[in-house]
Amino acid sequence: MATQAEVLSARGIGKTVRSGISDLVILQDIDLEVISGEAVAIVGASGSGKSTLLAILAGLDTPTTGSVRLDGSDIFALDEDARAELRGRAVGFVFQSFQLLPALSALENVMLPLELAGRPDAQAQARAMLERVGLAERLGHYPKHLSGGEQQRVALARAFVVQPRVLMADEPTGSLDAASGEAVIQLMFELNAQAGTTLLMVTHDELLAKRCSRIVRLAGGKVVP
Amino acid sequence: MTSVRLALRMLMRDWRAGELRVLALALLIAVASVTSVSFFADRVRQGLNREAHQLLGGDLLLAGDQPWDPAVMAEIKRRGLAVAQSTNFISMAQSANGAGPKSLLTGAKAVTDSYPLRGKLRIAPRLNAPDAIAGSGPRPGTVWLDERLTSALSANPGDKVKLGDAEFTVAAVLTLEPDRGANFFNIAPRLMMNAADVPATGLIRTGSRVTYQVLVAGERRDVDGFEAWARTRLERGQRIENLDNARPEIRASLDRAQSFLGLTALLAAILAGVAIALATRRFVERHLDGCAVMRCLGATQARLMALYSMEFLMLGVTACAAGCLAGFAAQGLIANWLASIIQAELPQPTAIPALQGGLVGLTLLLGFALPPLLQLRNVPAVRVIRREAGAPRDGALLAYVLGFLTLVLLLLWQSGDLKLGMTVVGGFSAAVLLFIGIAWAALRAASSPASMRFFGAASPAVRYGLANLRRHSRSNAIQVASLALGLTAILLLTITRSDLIDAWRQAAPPDAPNRFLIGIQPEQLKPVQEFFRSAGMALPDVYPMVRGRLTAVNDRPVSEKDYPDERAKRLVEREFNLSYMDRLPAHNQIAAGRWFDPRNRAEGEASVEEGIAKTLGLKLGDLLTYNAAGEVFTARITSLRKLKWDSMKVNFFVVTPTWVLEKAPTSYITAFRLEAGSEPVLDRMVAAFPNLTVVDISAALKQAQGIIDQVILAVQFVFLFALGAGLLVLYSALIATEDERRRESAIMRAFGASAAQVSGSQRAEFLVMGAVAGLLATVAASAISTLLAQRVFQLELPVNYGLWVYGPLAGIALLSLNAWLSARKVLTASPAMTLREG
Ligand SMILES: Nc1ncnc2c1ncn2[C@@H]1O[C@H](COP(=O)(O)OP(=O)(O)O)[C@@H](O)[C@H]1O
Ligand SMILES: [Mg+2]
Repeated sequence: MATQAEVLSARGIGKTVRSGISDLVILQDIDLEVISGEAVAIVGASGSGKSTLLAILAGLDTPTTGSVRLDGSDIFALDEDARAELRGRAVGFVFQSFQLLPALSALENVMLPLELAGRPDAQAQARAMLERVGLAERLGHYPKHLSGGEQQRVALARAFVVQPRVLMADEPTGSLDAASGEAVIQLMFELNAQAGTTLLMVTHDELLAKRCSRIVRLAGGKVVP
Repeated sequence: MTSVRLALRMLMRDWRAGELRVLALALLIAVASVTSVSFFADRVRQGLNREAHQLLGGDLLLAGDQPWDPAVMAEIKRRGLAVAQSTNFISMAQSANGAGPKSLLTGAKAVTDSYPLRGKLRIAPRLNAPDAIAGSGPRPGTVWLDERLTSALSANPGDKVKLGDAEFTVAAVLTLEPDRGANFFNIAPRLMMNAADVPATGLIRTGSRVTYQVLVAGERRDVDGFEAWARTRLERGQRIENLDNARPEIRASLDRAQSFLGLTALLAAILAGVAIALATRRFVERHLDGCAVMRCLGATQARLMALYSMEFLMLGVTACAAGCLAGFAAQGLIANWLASIIQAELPQPTAIPALQGGLVGLTLLLGFALPPLLQLRNVPAVRVIRREAGAPRDGALLAYVLGFLTLVLLLLWQSGDLKLGMTVVGGFSAAVLLFIGIAWAALRAASSPASMRFFGAASPAVRYGLANLRRHSRSNAIQVASLALGLTAILLLTITRSDLIDAWRQAAPPDAPNRFLIGIQPEQLKPVQEFFRSAGMALPDVYPMVRGRLTAVNDRPVSEKDYPDERAKRLVEREFNLSYMDRLPAHNQIAAGRWFDPRNRAEGEASVEEGIAKTLGLKLGDLLTYNAAGEVFTARITSLRKLKWDSMKVNFFVVTPTWVLEKAPTSYITAFRLEAGSEPVLDRMVAAFPNLTVVDISAALKQAQGIIDQVILAVQFVFLFALGAGLLVLYSALIATEDERRRESAIMRAFGASAAQVSGSQRAEFLVMGAVAGLLATVAASAISTLLAQRVFQLELPVNYGLWVYGPLAGIALLSLNAWLSARKVLTASPAMTLREG
């Protein structure tokens, strides 16, 4: 595979935390390579370390050992602020609990990453993006007045509006009922395909994982075949 | 630049979401109360200095025994100053009507039409009729007689009076002469006439004792310039007076008002600080998730901090500006109320109060909002995945302490009253620490295993509620302390306020004396008392009075040249009214030193009024030498006294034990109340004791009471600010833990607890908290008010039993209401909704 197509690569990732008197090993010696345009599912039982791995790959959390290259940079050689900048430029996020800002309307939530990046056309872009996720009528609504599925669609719009290289999703359907979960997943794959984004999705749902191009299995903090 | 715009947008969004209202309101109230009070104090201070000049009738008084040189008059005109003149002489006045002529030595004062330049003359159409302001002095050919002269000569308006070669028509009863001053003694009854009539009397010839006075008024700078010019040209027998001290009884009232106002502003500012801290904490807790999300979206720590700091700064500056405006408007209202008592027009306010208010606002913002806000900087991005990952708390305590100290310094600067400031700040800090400690201990006790067994046996809900108390004991203690604080303020400002104000009104009660009786000879003491008894009037306190001149301090002869201060000069020039007594009168208070030692016969002791001691530079331990009609005696100052000038009782600057002054020529003085309609008693008294002088001080008394009433009104207005701040503290304390409680009840509900169980457990928890907060507030409010009354206002405060009922009840009621409201919110929403929002 060509190096410039390699978006993400992790080498020897380990994470140990102190809990009480003993050390708790959460992740152990994980290697992972993701190339541009791939859709990778990380699956495993609850507590197997999926979310922790995703957080490390995104530079949200720091590993005890190992290194991560994201979009050409060794992210743990950067300081936290430089990592934040890299995230803002290259990574989009979707979370199980949506994480919309409650004081902001749907439109404003989608505008936020553009505003932080100092883009002058934030409002027009955010509006267009919300139209694409089918929420053109709900621009001025606040998160608490939207259903779970609608909230997750706003979150998708917020993630895609900056045209990230990688979309990281942690259990995107975990808080949704089956029907709205399915709608959100379809939308996510659609947007992904249109933008050519690389997808990294954490899930414990085997069926959902099968729709990705590759599956990485995690058990007890290790990659298992 | 984009950051500024984004910060502004964030501000609008948070404002819209209602996250910032308490904060902004707290800032606004603090700034408004500080600025209005100091605007007001600033203007009143300046106004009082002008007011003081009423005692002169102008800003500057030139007095001499010869007519003033036309060059001086020309200079006054050249400098554009207002001028008035008066000629004063003693002469016999004769009434030429009725049953035989009566005559009396009078102090005649002939005034030009522009007199007085400061203050107003008041006249009445006849004795005891309501009086009114007179635009200028008597017209040519007419005279005004004061009340004493009117009754002594039986010359009522319309009658004729002879003075020297001229005859005049009495046109009015002179009831108030602004520059007559508070010195009622030694002044012959007044006859006021027009300056144009002086030659016709033929009374002014070479050798007659005449004082020629020139009054000058104008802008401060111009007057000062003229004074400097004139001083170099003074000749023998000429002097210049400029007065800086207002009438003591009015000053006492306004000083007290200033203390009240200062106290209120202090309280409002500190309470606002607490409300701001609480509101910002809540803001931060609600923004932790949002900050974590923004970190994920690429915002750096520095960026986040810059954005939120800018947001708060913009809010702060706006709120401070609004506060300054509100303060300015409020002081305008207050000044309007007071315009009638401070007769000189109040000068325009200066910019300093606005500066002070703005600084207080910014300090509050930096000191109380920044520390919690700084935590947002440390929010880990990983919180978006793992909710428990909170912000580490660091250095917040230091920032709070710094903020608090800065605020204290600012407020001390603003109030200019160290004692009051320290009482409030010290009391407040002690109360906060005590509150937190006691609340924590009380909550732990209420939720101890023993109490659980005792109360919890009844129902699992109560058990759960008590367990909650224990689990939250830290945050609950802070909440209870804040609640107690807010309640304390509100109790202080409602119940105690009216007690304090009643006590203040009592300082010049409606039955205060309104007449002085002067010149009672020792052998007349018994007959005078007998007279009062037979007239059915209460026997007034009678004080001996000795007139003496201060000749030496610590054996150094005093001379007026030693005193640069005009007031001091005049004081040493004249004879003092001294008195002797062995018991301290009830309306006097020892401010320093101790009262006379009855066994000390070796050396004379003296007790001196605080203010005059300061003017004359006298200290405890100084040896005073007096000459009373040739009798020389010495006394060492062993105490300084504070007098209640507004009580209108007989007061003396210097008193000694009886044995020291007993042998000096003594007359007696008393003050009594003459009810309206009993004036004939006065006539009988004057007839029975023709040598006595009755001085009517009812006008002065009315003025003092009017001032107290109006000032109280003004003070109450400012109280509203502090009350508002107190309510804000209460409100922010109540909602401080609302989010957490809401989540907990939702979890309980999700696990199948019934609505009744949830609200029952909350009720148990809140009941205990409310009772503790209410009790703490009651104790604090009564302690603080007692302290304030005694130390700061010198008032006696009766015990208020109602406080002990209302206080705790208010605490319980408040929290019960809160429990009910928050339970309703949670119980009507589905657990899933609440949990999701959480
Ligand atoms: N900072 C931490 N401290 C203690 N335990 C942690 C920490 N981070 C993760 N864990 C634990 O590691 C395990 C893996 O967590 P997580 O990555 O959230 O798993 P998953 O997403 O697969 O359910 C869990 O048992 C979690 O409690
Ligand atoms: Mg997980």
